[in-house]
Amino acid sequence: MKIREITGLPDITTLVPPQTPDQEISGGYASDLLSCVMARAGAGNIWVTLQTHPNVVAVASLLDLAGVIITECADIAKIDAATIEKARTENVALFATPLTTFTIVARLARAGVPGIDEG
Amino acid sequence: MSLLYLPAEFHLHTVLSACAEIEMIPPLIIRQAQRLGIQWLAVTDHNSAENARAVMEAGARAGIAVLPGMEVQTREEVHLLCLFEALEPALAWQEQVYQHLPDLPNREETFGSQLVVDAEGTFLRFQERLLQTSTSLSVEQVVTMVEALGGLVIPAHVDRPAFSLLANLGIIPPGLNIPAVEITPRLTPAQALERFPQLAGRTLITNGDAHRLSEMRGRTLFRVAAPTLAELRRALAGVDGRKVWVT
Repeated sequence: MKIREITGLPDITTLVPPQTPDQEISGGYASDLLSCVMARAGAGNIWVTLQTHPNVVAVASLLDLAGVIITECADIAKIDAATIEKARTENVALFATPLTTFTIVARLARAGVPGIDEG
Repeated sequence: MSLLYLPAEFHLHTVLSACAEIEMIPPLIIRQAQRLGIQWLAVTDHNSAENARAVMEAGARAGIAVLPGMEVQTREEVHLLCLFEALEPALAWQEQVYQHLPDLPNREETFGSQLVVDAEGTFLRFQERLLQTSTSLSVEQVVTMVEALGGLVIPAHVDRPAFSLLANLGIIPPGLNIPAVEITPRLTPAQALERFPQLAGRTLITNGDAHRLSEMRGRTLFRVAAPTLAELRRALAGVDGRKVWVT
């Protein structure tokens, strides 16, 4: 799955579009503990989390992730403006959805995105 | 001016915290502090300061200084110690926290009882609302709001795998106004620095996060002119001859 295809999924809003839309997503990771993400996620991964803190962008940028999907976010206005601004300046693709992490991960898996611990 | 050396314990739960043992009442907390030579306490129940007055009164009778405080849980599930100079700002902070807590009843059979007591430890009433859950406030909002009330914020038990600034947010947010960081007694400051290099240059303190009397430690030693919040700030900043050590 290419990162630009995330934009086309239903119920997903693109907050900051990907800089390299044709980049292939290397794997998926879901966690709300940023320390775990730092320890386990890798370059090109898509990260699914309900955290909205600006540190989400810092971690995504640090790891060179393909993008981040913020879940359970029915109201985009509730995301810290600093988070979206930081994603713009650091060129981190950022998406939001009202759906749960479980549902989004299931959809990504059906679209062929592997977990980081599977082939 | 002569400076005092005060062993301190700044992370202390009373029977108001559902997870605390029933022995965590003001007279027994103060007696344990006396036994251990702890001369400076802070009361930090989960998302509430309703027993702060009682512990302050019990402490005053025994000559032990008690700062009113709270362990607040942010929307990122980060635990932050909030310390205040006096009861009034602590209770003002409590009002703000209550406005940002979900209005849910406490389930005693699951979480335990939340008891409000007096200085003698006598039962006054149950706190019926659920305290042990996340507020809707971010880490940054808590720091800003507590500072506005003259208080200070110290991230709690950052070496823990959950409810910790480092575990939950990975990185200490740049520019966050925190004068110190709390580590658990499970590791020394040197070990903490080795495990978390980003703590370099931070002032570290250790507390027992006491939910029972035997968890009170008094391992953080302050050199201050008096047990006040202003002096605490100086000691954490290491200025004017004030200092802090983890023993």
